[in-house]
Formats: sequence, structure tokens, C-alpha cells
Amino acid sequence: MEVKTAGFKKVSSKETVKVSGAEAVIKCLIAEGVETMYGYPGGAIMPVYDEIYKYQDRIQHVLTRHEQGAAHAAQGYARVTGKVGVAIATSGPGATNLITGIADAHIDSTPMVCITGQVGSHLLGSDAFQEIDIVGLSTPITKWNYQITKASEIPEVFARAFFIARSGRPGPVLIDITKDAQFDSLEFSYKECTAIRSYNPVPEVNLLQVERAAEAINNAKKPLIVFGQGVILGGAEKLLKEVIEKAGIPAAWTILGLSALETDHPLNVGMVGMHGNYAPNFFTNECDVLVAIGMRFDDRVTGNLQTYAKQAKIIHFEIDPAEVNKNVHADIPVLGDVKETLKLLLEFIQPNQHENWHNKFQELYAIEYEKIIKNDLTAKSGEVKMAEVLDEINTFSHGDAIIVSDVGQHQMVSCRYAKFNSTRSNVTSGGLGTMGFALPAAIGAKMGSPNREVVAVIGDGGFQMTLQELGTIFQMKIPVKIVVLNNSFLGMVRQWQQMFFERRYASTEMVNPDFITIANGYHIQTKKVKERSQLKEAVKEMMESKDAYFLEVVVEQEECVFPMIPTGASVSDIRLE
Amino acid sequence: MMEKRNYTVSVYTENNLGLLSRIAAIFLKRHINIESITASQSEVNEVMRFIIIVEVTEEQVKKIVGQIEKQIEVIKAFYHKDDELIYQETALYKVRSSDFVQDFDIQSFIKKTNARIVTVSPQFFVIEKTGERHETESLYEKLKPYGLMQFVRSGTIAVSKNEMPISEILEKFNTSNTIE
Ligand SMILES: Cc1ncc(C[n+]2csc(CCOP(=O)(O)OP(=O)(O)O)c2C)c(N)n1
Repeated sequence: MEVKTAGFKKVSSKETVKVSGAEAVIKCLIAEGVETMYGYPGGAIMPVYDEIYKYQDRIQHVLTRHEQGAAHAAQGYARVTGKVGVAIATSGPGATNLITGIADAHIDSTPMVCITGQVGSHLLGSDAFQEIDIVGLSTPITKWNYQITKASEIPEVFARAFFIARSGRPGPVLIDITKDAQFDSLEFSYKECTAIRSYNPVPEVNLLQVERAAEAINNAKKPLIVFGQGVILGGAEKLLKEVIEKAGIPAAWTILGLSALETDHPLNVGMVGMHGNYAPNFFTNECDVLVAIGMRFDDRVTGNLQTYAKQAKIIHFEIDPAEVNKNVHADIPVLGDVKETLKLLLEFIQPNQHENWHNKFQELYAIEYEKIIKNDLTAKSGEVKMAEVLDEINTFSHGDAIIVSDVGQHQMVSCRYAKFNSTRSNVTSGGLGTMGFALPAAIGAKMGSPNREVVAVIGDGGFQMTLQELGTIFQMKIPVKIVVLNNSFLGMVRQWQQMFFERRYASTEMVNPDFITIANGYHIQTKKVKERSQLKEAVKEMMESKDAYFLEVVVEQEECVFPMIPTGASVSDIRLE
Repeated sequence: MMEKRNYTVSVYTENNLGLLSRIAAIFLKRHINIESITASQSEVNEVMRFIIIVEVTEEQVKKIVGQIEKQIEVIKAFYHKDDELIYQETALYKVRSSDFVQDFDIQSFIKKTNARIVTVSPQFFVIEKTGERHETESLYEKLKPYGLMQFVRSGTIAVSKNEMPISEILEKFNTSNTIE
């Protein structure tokens, strides 16, 4: 008897059709509800591309200009829609070019299915042309991966892949398909996967733990909530807000939690972490109960662990048991889907205000405003500051845009200053910090959310890592707004050199090309702003444009992002200058 | 700082090609050396069991087990201290017949060491010893002066004194899922 290791949805008819492996791949994608995939063709994946051609009225393929772009675009799509992003590439270099995006999706828990072609199974292990052990290479950065060598495996493997990618704590899955498996035929029928016996995506809720958490919250005098992307992935934004409002708890966010709670919410006290806000970082080391929700205590959030929230009782709401006690000991771990656990919590917590405690956050905000924010936003002379650009974007987006940021100073400034009214609106590379992420991710974000404005905010360095995706934007007529904040430096690294390496600017100064000429080469509407006086008008024009728009803003060259918790320092030793 | 000691990690898994490297990668990423690793069929039909010995702190082994369990095809992972297990290793010693016959009264040697002679030829003897590490090691020391031609020791295999309820976990899955 064959052992069944997974459960599948029953299908009404037992009918099958005879198709090639390549056609089966497309049929699987359609069965999973995939509308768009991002990719790049090549020898080992050509049979699948031939089917993409035949099925083009039912499923869209977007040709990016580099496989890394395909992976990031799939991520951007997944991040704004919550659906599984799909990227596809050929064997060898096509597959290795996906790696950065897969790693990024893994560390940021983004649901993604990557499909790679592979040399024929008779050639495996022979160092054939464009043969790469992509399963071996991607093992540490995938939630699951699998090499298909027989056409008949395709439906079940795809069903498992989509189930794994989107369930529990989401993540990337890679399916490698040998060329012969694409050519061979199979009897096709598709059954969605509903369970895998060795995989427990959502731990069972222990009610007692929720009650203990509620009791600690009810007894707290100075509670602080820090929430992460788990709230968004769990679709628990509304519940989070209800908890916060009922218990009157100030709530801070990690950069991946950003936009789960609207910026203007009176209990939103800002960002934690290295360049986060003064108050939530400082009060992390003063609160009596720290409620961590769907976040993983990344070192960029905690600073020195030895001095992190030692005075506080720590409650950790988490779906992934391996995250509990990984970096910070949880006094009360609450395992489970936040959508379930927060709902239960809501019943057990008592209404509260914590007015004095909340006022203390406002006092520190006032200090941060005086020392930093005011200078960032209201300079009258000198070069344009990054924050001013974000402020103008807010003016015209009213907080309704999706902001996709790249990595560096402009990213921190975007996260600190961009306004959000709704969830899934901040797309950025958090855990991996992948320069070059934003431009392709913005493509996916716009295609996933065509009715919303998508603004990519990118540094002059990161822009040059994936700028070829302007070609995708041009060809596909994707109306994304691209803002390059040009300081002619790898700004974030330069800031560290200034602060910790006595201004030895080793290889951080950039002699840049004329970005406007480049964007014009792709027939994208452009504007370059050098003066503060031109900024508002330019941003307005960009935001009102129906088409793609490229805005370059020349910003202060040696601006530093503050506040800052230097590496190894305690969160409460956050520096304001 | 917690003290390092030997832990035995038992991992029950589906029979999957890539799992060995997936599990090994978890140790590699944390710069932890694997002392020994074995893989075999387990007591459950079509379920594999890995036994991995590492010298780490309890905090480390807990985190490792958490990461291992997270792998999709891992059914369950456990860790045990030495005193919670019954464990054995097997060692093979190949010695030159001439040296061996000269220096040992074979009968009393076998009796004393509880070893077994597997093969005898005019050129060499192969001796097998199963036991705990210190036992195979002490025989190694004893034979070494006589010119060991080859020596090999298996990974540790172990069974726990307490239950590891794999069948129950799998049974639960079977009853709660519609499987055609
Ligand atoms: C792929 C990659 N390479 C290197 C780094 C290291 N790094 C982090 S920020 C940064 C500078 C980014 O410069 P730029 O894109 O111009 O943005 P700015 O900081 O000036 O806003 C670098 C090099 C990285 N995060 N990603």
C-alpha cells in the first residue's frame, strides 16, 4: 500500500486530459489562480514558454530584463496582493540570477513560487551546458524546493508548492523541472493540496497563554506594542487596531509592519529599530510589558540584546515556533495565527487609557521633532533633503499610495516619513536589505494593485543595480512613478564612514550618468529637480501623470539619517545627532 | 554561558532526497560541527530517522531542533542528553594476521574485550566491536601498537528511554484529513 503523505481537495470528476509536462505547468498555474508571472526564457525552459505563448489569453507573462527583476517583481506583486508571486527562469545562469530575490523573499516571508528549467534528466550530474544544482543552491533560502524529473509528478508537486508557499509563515518555494519532464506527457488532473502530514503550518492556540497575556496586559502600567509583518500576513490589521484602542496601548512598528496601522492613528507611536523614532526605541527599555506581535526581534530592531527590554515582561504573538526565544526570551509566548489569537485577546483585555504613559511618548516626539524632523522638513535654504520629497509625495498621495523603497538612507527616510492610510502599502526589502529591489518590485506592486498609485523611492546607487527594468516598464506600459533621490553617494555606507571611519569615503562616491537621458531612452516622461522651489510642482506633475514618470531629485550630498542606534548600542542609547 | 555537552538529535522525516542537505545546512549556517550522523529506516513504515550527535549548549540544541522541525518534510525532531538514551556504535578494526596471532591469545582476547572476529584470512583479521564510545576507543588503543591496517567507526545509533510518539502524530493526520 502506498503511504499518503499529503491531503488534497476532492475533485468532482475523475476525468483527466493527456497533456505535455510543459502544458501541465501552465494548467497548474491557472488552477492556482495565477494571473501574472514574471520571467525570462532560455533553452531549458523553452517548452514551458511555448505553452505560455499558447495560453497568453489566459495567463500573462511579463518579460523582465533580468531574472533578479522577475523575482523582485513577483515579490512586489505578492506583497501588495497577499497572493503567491510567480517567477520563471531557465537553468544555469537564469536560475542563479533568481537567487537574490529568493533569499529576499525567504527572510521577508513572502509567498513565491519560482520555476526553473533544468537540463534533461539523463544529463543530470554531467556538467552539461547550463546545468546548475539549483535545488542544492536554493536549499537554505527556500521554504521548500523540489526537482521534477517525471512529467507525472507535476500536478502534485505544484499543488504542494502553492500550499507551502502561502500557508503558515509564507515563503518562497522553488520547482526545478528537467527538460524531458516538460516534453513528456501525462494524464492531467489538478487537486489543490490542503495538508501535508509532516508540516504543521499553524500551531494550535493555547487559550491559557492568551489569558496569561491578557492578564499581563491588564495589569500593565506602561505597556508597549511592537508589531511586524505578521499582522499583515495574518490579515489581522483590524484586530490589532481594536486591541490597541481597547487597551489604550501605544503601538510601534518594524519596517515590515509599516502600514498595518494608519500613520495618523493617535496610538501609532512610530518605528522601532536602528533609524526608528526616538520614543518607541527609548521606551522599549522603560515599558513594563512589551507585546511583540508578528515580529522576530531582528538585530536591527533590538540593538544590543543584553540590554534590550530587560525590565519588561515580554509577550510574543508568533506563528513560527522557531522564532519564539530565538533572540529574545518570551515570558509569555502565544503561538498561533494572529487572526485567531488577537481575536481571543480582544475578549480578555480590559478597556484602558494609559494617558500619562502615552503623553510621555508625545514628549519625546516633541524632542525628536525639534532636533530632527523640523530640520528634515522645513529647511529654507541649502540643498533639498530627502524627507522633503517624501513630504511632497504625501501631499499629493494623501497617504493612499503604495510606496516601494529601495535600500539605504532614502529607505529609512521613506519609512519614517511616508504616510499610509491602508495596509500592504509599504513594500521594501527588510531582512536582506537588497539594493535594486525597488524598481522591479514596483512593477509587481503596480500590476497587483493597478488602481493604486505606486511610487518607487530609490537611491542613485540602488537604481543602477536594476535600472534595466525601465525596459519592462516601457514595454508593458506600467504607470509607476519612480523617484531617484540622487546624492551622488552610496549614502548609507557614506554615513557610516563619516560616523565610524573618520570620513574615509572608500568607494562610496558615485560619478553618475545622466539619469534623465537614460529614462528618456526608454521613452519615459522625466523631470530633474535641483532646487527646493521646483519640488512641489514636479511631484504634483508626477503624481498627476497617467503614465510612468521618472523624477530625479538632487538631494543634499552628505545628509545623515537620524535618530540612529549605532550597532551594538542599546535601544535607549539612540542618538539624535 | 551554558555548558556545552553532547546532544543526540533524532529527526523523523519523510523519505526525501533533499532533506539531508537541508538538515546539514542548518548546522552549517550556525557554524556547528556535526560529530556523527546516521540515517536509516525508522520503526514507522516509510519514515526515515536521522540521528545526529552534536556538542552544543542546551539553548543551541533547542534552536536547532526548532529550525529542523520547521522543514516541511520533517515530521518531528527531538533532542536527548546521553543519560536519556541507550546508544551504541560499531567499530571495525583490520589488523595484520601475523602481528595479531603473535601477540594475542585470541580466545582470551575475544572474551576479555567482548569483540567479535568477522573475517580471518592469512593476511588480516577483521574484528568488530559494538558498544559505547569509550569501549570502541579502548580497543582502538589496545590494537594500535600492533599496526592497525584500517579502522572505521559507525555513527552513533540510539533509542530513547522515553516515548517518541511518531505513529500518533501520523495517525492524527490520517484521521483529520480526507485522503483519497
Ligand atoms: C546588493 C547590495 N549591495 C550592497 C549593499 C550595502 N549597502 C547598503 S545601503 C548602501 C548604499 C545605498 O546607496 P544609494 O542606493 O545611493 O542610497 P542612499 O543610501 O544614498 O539613499 C549600500 C552599498 C546592499 N544593501 N545591497
